[in-house]
Order: sequence, then structure tokens, then C-alpha cells
Amino acid sequence: MSDTNIIDLLRQRLPSECVLSEAEDLRPYECDGLSAYRRLPMVVVIPQTLEQVQTTLKLCAQKAVAVVARGAGTGLSGGALPLSDGVLLSMARFNRILEIDTANRCARVQPGVTNLSISKAAAPHGLYYAPDPSSQIACSIGGNVAENAGGVHCLKYGLTVHNIQKIEVLTIDGEHLTIGSQALDSPGYDLLALMTGSEGLLGVITEITVKLLPLPETAQVVLAAFTSVEAAGAAVTATIAGGIIPAGLELLDNPAIRAVEQFVHAGYPEDAAAILLCELDGTDADVATQIERVSAVFRAAGATELRVSRDEQERQRFWAGRKAAFPAMGRLSPDYYCMDGTIPRKHLARVLAEIDRLSTEYGLPICNVFHAGDGNLHPLILYDANQPGELERTEELGGKILELCVAVGGTITGEHGVGLEKINQMCVQFNTEELTQLHAVKHAFDPQGLLNPGKAIPTLHRCAEFGAMHVHRGQLPHPELERF
Amino acid sequence: MSLVESFRDTLRAAHAKGTPLSIRGGGSKSFYGRPATGSEFSVAEYTGIIDYSPTELVISAHAGTPLSELEAALANENQMLPFEPPHFGPGATLGGTIACGFSGPRRPYAGAARDHVLGITCLNGRGEALRFGGQVMKNVAGYDISRTLTGSLGTLAVMLDITIKVLPRPETERTLSREMTSEQALQLLNRWAGQPLPLSAGCYFDGRLMVRLSGFEQGVRAAAEQLGGDEPDAAGGFWEDLREHRLPFFQDDRPLWRLSVPPAAALPALEGEELIDWGGAQRWLRTEQPATTLREATAGAGGHATRFRGGDRDDVFHPLDPALKALHQRLKASFDPAGILNPGRMYSEF
Repeated sequence: MSDTNIIDLLRQRLPSECVLSEAEDLRPYECDGLSAYRRLPMVVVIPQTLEQVQTTLKLCAQKAVAVVARGAGTGLSGGALPLSDGVLLSMARFNRILEIDTANRCARVQPGVTNLSISKAAAPHGLYYAPDPSSQIACSIGGNVAENAGGVHCLKYGLTVHNIQKIEVLTIDGEHLTIGSQALDSPGYDLLALMTGSEGLLGVITEITVKLLPLPETAQVVLAAFTSVEAAGAAVTATIAGGIIPAGLELLDNPAIRAVEQFVHAGYPEDAAAILLCELDGTDADVATQIERVSAVFRAAGATELRVSRDEQERQRFWAGRKAAFPAMGRLSPDYYCMDGTIPRKHLARVLAEIDRLSTEYGLPICNVFHAGDGNLHPLILYDANQPGELERTEELGGKILELCVAVGGTITGEHGVGLEKINQMCVQFNTEELTQLHAVKHAFDPQGLLNPGKAIPTLHRCAEFGAMHVHRGQLPHPELERF
Repeated sequence: MSLVESFRDTLRAAHAKGTPLSIRGGGSKSFYGRPATGSEFSVAEYTGIIDYSPTELVISAHAGTPLSELEAALANENQMLPFEPPHFGPGATLGGTIACGFSGPRRPYAGAARDHVLGITCLNGRGEALRFGGQVMKNVAGYDISRTLTGSLGTLAVMLDITIKVLPRPETERTLSREMTSEQALQLLNRWAGQPLPLSAGCYFDGRLMVRLSGFEQGVRAAAEQLGGDEPDAAGGFWEDLREHRLPFFQDDRPLWRLSVPPAAALPALEGEELIDWGGAQRWLRTEQPATTLREATAGAGGHATRFRGGDRDDVFHPLDPALKALHQRLKASFDPAGILNPGRMYSEF
């Protein structure tokens, strides 16, 4: 009944170019950045106006049809994976920067604007938007808010939630809400925090006001090589103990260094067990002070080689390797799978050793490239999807790594979101009462459960099937269950 | 029976009978918000630092832990709460500070209380123990409930354990002062905030602009030379007096209003005395003017007005628009279906 005529209803109410339902037109929307999961939506709606978004949502609410909102489709957790009986709502045409308010240092933008274009538009005013996920050239700010995206500079400048001020939202009933304000706080509950990272389950974001920061006077990178990952980890701890919060602090292990060097020739020492890239920014005077101190800390921690970027070109070259890490893996292996757990840094050595052990056990190589400053790991599992069973083994190994992160007091996702990918591990991180409370929060926004159903928060039924509900938090479950 | 078990039993009984509870820590902020109703539910005894790893930049403590104890532990390691929370009395607890969501002069430059909350363990209105967030800075599993609880005035849950991100104390701080008009001060504060300067506070009061610079010795010295102005004696005490509302401005019988506005906003002329903090984003006003006048003026500038101290305590917070209010009520019901947690403390309807 309802499912069959929603397409007709959408066609009646929206311009024809806004509604796609032919299989070949749906194909580009079958997956997001996690391409292992693919599914064609029933219909794609690409609205051009707020009224069209509202019309679409109202129709879906009336007909009880599910809606998956999509930004640029660069997400890494399957959050924008369509539903075969649902509407895929693309916000791609909301791609305008509406206002740059230099006096109050903020920008009002539409959700389809790319992350990087905000900083580009703000640059002539000496300002920028701080969160910089590695996909910033392509990812949309709407998606960044939905995922609470991070990036290399989170350690000092925070995540998306710390860098937005206001959002305009449509509920599934098409009701308009303004959440937050251009002031530094708003009356009532902090719904801005609740909406940020809610993965499209609570509302559809139609406009965002982001905070802009002054561009730092200078930024320089210190590159340090170490003879063990542990020594590099200890250097990170010592840096922070010394009262320095670098703008970015990244670690690459030896397999990652070698892969990157073959690919982009960033000049990394290929014999190092690990390197740290430590970016320091601020005024010229502050950067000079920090470089001196960080260099001393790294030397004391056993750095075998220290290089400080001498100019902007060299700084970019140091970063080029880090930024090319993922594509470099693509050359080493037919497929790779990127994990996203976060751990308290003090457990770094133990967790890396266990990851290494799991890698051997599963016979799948793992490279480690990660945000060392805030303990956000990105182990990359190399595999070949054409080998029967290898994807499944990879997913199982990935699941084990995430459960390990939870066991040491960390989390299954630092910045990529739960989406569909990590939904089973949510059962490890949260108990029945907590999941019930999260569902109750969703119900307060979306009583029919039509916004991105099946993502981010698992049903209790799913957790029971996954077999993790009985596992006490902090202990590793060993379910030999298939995922999907 | 442990303290948490007794809290849980009290909540379950109150939930079953629909008995309203008034959650209380040290009582230092009982002046704030609408009046408490219901029987007193004290968490003041639930004290102690659970875990503090200076190199992780993270501290966890029970909600009843005195703020002064927490700050002393941090100071020992040369660290601090970056949001510089006011105490407003000797009994201030961590739980009360987070429930009110208060932040001090450093807020515009270092972030608010909510920006530094990493995780909260709480009991909801059904007496269920829930943990959201964690001990790490990056964590996007599940909705961000711990930040949502921050500033919710105890109306959603009773906080038990709170994990906060901390930062190293700045190596040096200097305060600069200069005479000027409030218009000039707002202009300068906002211009400077758009430049890479180590600002950590900016206030205008009694015809003088006061700014604080924090950071490494050399950077602060260079910035001080660039900005110019006098260096008042005992300036550190000034920022603490401002934070704690001990300046002469705050010693006045008229109601104290807090106008939260975009930092560069030009407000229409309002009667009363004004003190500008947060680089322009927080304006304190001592005035007898009616609430509607102040709310229209602030809303017109994109902000909101709170009757912070004194005056009609039934009408404290800026009214929510109907759709948002309905959502607040549904959200409240999702945590506290029987409406037992601090009912009416924020708005009369929930």
C-alpha cells in the first residue's frame, strides 16, 4: 500500500528532476564511503528548497516510509546506506555559503557545503573552520554535524560539537526547529550537543552556523623517528605531561611508513619502527617555544632522528605522507578496512601488542596510522574481498579490535560513527537500560522511528542475537556468530 | 547498602509514587533557576576523585566532590578546569557545577563546561544506572547524552560520576587594562578575537577594558606589547572576583540579568548598569526593567536573557518556542516519565 505510492506522491508534489527512481539513477546512492555495504534505495529525492525537504518528510511521515539523509556520501560507517523500501534524501543541492559574519566570527552555511570550502571562504578574513576530517575536500558540513566529525587537529581545537553554534532542523513531521544560537549558549537543554553525532536519527539538518577561528600566525611540524612504537607512545605522553597541547600529533608504524614512502616519497625514515608528526601552531613566538620543548622531550624519549619543517612547503610534505596513508594501503592490498576505536592513551602499548597478536591469528596484515594525541586508533586491515571468506574474517577481526578498545575503557568509534558497521559492537559498549534510554531519546524526536532506522543504536533484539547482552562491560565476548 | 544503592532505591520509590525530589549538592547555587520543590535529595556525601591521570588530561570524580578539592588536585599537577567555573559559595560541588553548566571568564576562548564533559554515569528518573560517554576525548558511540545533561539543572537525571577533560595551566598570565567607551571595548574585543592572540578573558566594566593573556612567556610578552595598556596590580584577583560575582558591580539589590548574545551584538539602550564579560558574549545587567523588554532586546540581537539572581523567581529562563518546548517535554519524559527530578526548576511545565 503505502510503499508503492510514495514515489507517485513525491512525483506529484516535487519537480521531476528532484525524484529519481530508475535503477541506473539510483546506483550512485547505493553506498557511502564504506563500500563493502551496498543497497539500492527505493527512491532518491534531491530537493532544492526547504519547502521540498519539508514536503518530502511530511509525505514520508504520513505514509510511514523511512528516510535516510545523505550529504556527500563520504562517511565510513555505512550511516548513509539506503533502505530498499525507503527514501534516500540527498542534501547535495544545499551547497551555498549564506553568510560570513566576521565581527562575530561565524559562518552560516547550507548542509551540502564541503568542509574545506568554508575555510577557503573564511581565509580572506583571516579565519578558518577548525575541524578537518581527512575527507575535507569532499565531505559535507551537514554530514560532519551528523557524525560529529573530527580530524587531525581535534586535540587542540575539538570536534564538530565544539565548533558549531546553531543548526536549523526539520523533524520527520516537517516541523522546523532552531537549535542553538549565535550566542555562546541557549536556554533549555543542550539539544545542539544531542543532535551533533546523532547520525540522521533525530532530524534533518537544513542549515548550520559554524564557529570560525583566527588563522594561526605560524604552523610547523616536528617529525621524529623512534625505534619502537612504545617509545613513540611514551614521547606523546611526555609531551602532554610537559604542558604542551600540539595542534596535531599523529603516529605511523613501520608498515604504514613503508607503504607511504613507496607511494608519495614524503621523506619518512623507512627503518623507523614508528614516527610521530607533531604540529605546533600559534604566534611565531609560541611556536618557537613549543618546538624547542617538544624537540627536547622527543630526544629524551629516545628519538633517533628529529626534523623540523623549515617552510610551508616542507610542512605540507611531512603531512602529505600522513594524508596519503589510506590510498597508499590501497596500492599494497586489493582492499583495506579502516577501524576507528579510541582508547585511553596509557593503554597504547598493550592495545597495539594485542592488535598485532590478532593480526597474526587471523593472518591479515594491519598497519597503524592514528591520532596519537587523543588515543584515536585507525588500524587498517589489509584484505582481498575476492578471496572467499576474507571480508567476513576481516569484519570479525575488526570487531575484536573494537571490543578490545571497550575493554580498556575506550570506545568503538572516535569519529567515524556507528552507522551500520559497528552496530553489533554497540551491544558491547552499552547495556540494555542504556540502549533503552537511547531509543527513548529517539522516540522523543521521531515517534514512528522513520529517520535512518536500523543505524547507530541497535535494537535489543539485535543485541540478543549478537549474543553480547550477557557480557559484562569490560570483558571480551567471544561470539562465533556471523555478522550479516 | 552502598550510597548509590540507596540513591537508586529512593529514586525507584519516588518514581513509583510520583514523589518530586529536589536534588542538592553543596547548595551554593540554590539561588539559580526556579524554586526547588519536592523533598530534598542530597548527593553531597557522594564524594571523591575516582581517577586522575594527568598525562591523559582527564579527571573523574563523584558528583558530590567539592569543586575546591578537584581544583586542588589539578593544581598539584599544574593543570586546571579549562572552563574556569564559578563556585558561588564554599560548598560548590562538581555535580552542581555541571548541572548548572556554569563557565567563567575563560569560556569564549577555551570552551564551556559542556565542551569539557567527556562522560557521565547517572541515575535516570526510573532509578536506572546509565553510563554515557567515557574517558576519552573522541567518542561518537550513541547520542551525546553527557553533554545534554550538562546544564539540565538536574531535571533529566541524577549525576553520579563525571569525567572531565582538563588542560595544563598556562605558563604565564598577564592582564592589561585601558579606559574607553563600551562601544570601543566591544569593537576591540571582537577584533582581537579574530586575530591569533593568546586571549583568555575579556571584560568591560566601569569605563575600563580588561583583557587577560595566557600562554607561553614569549608569546604573552609579544601580545602584551602589541595590545598595549596598563598592567593593574593584583589582576589575578580581579578575574576571580569577576567569576565569583564579588566585584562591587554585583553588590546591588536590583535583579541581576544575564544577557547571552552574539559577542559583537549592539543591544538597544537598556536601563541599569552593565558589565560586559566573555569578550562581549555575556552581558550582566543590574536593572528593574521588565522581563519582556530585556527578552525582546536580546532575542532581537540573536540571544537570550536569564534572570540570574533576584526578582521574580518563577520567571527565570527565556521562554522556549512552542515546538522546542514540546520537544523538551518529550525528552524530559524519556528520562523521567514520572516527573520526579527537580520538577519546575527550569520551566514550570516540566
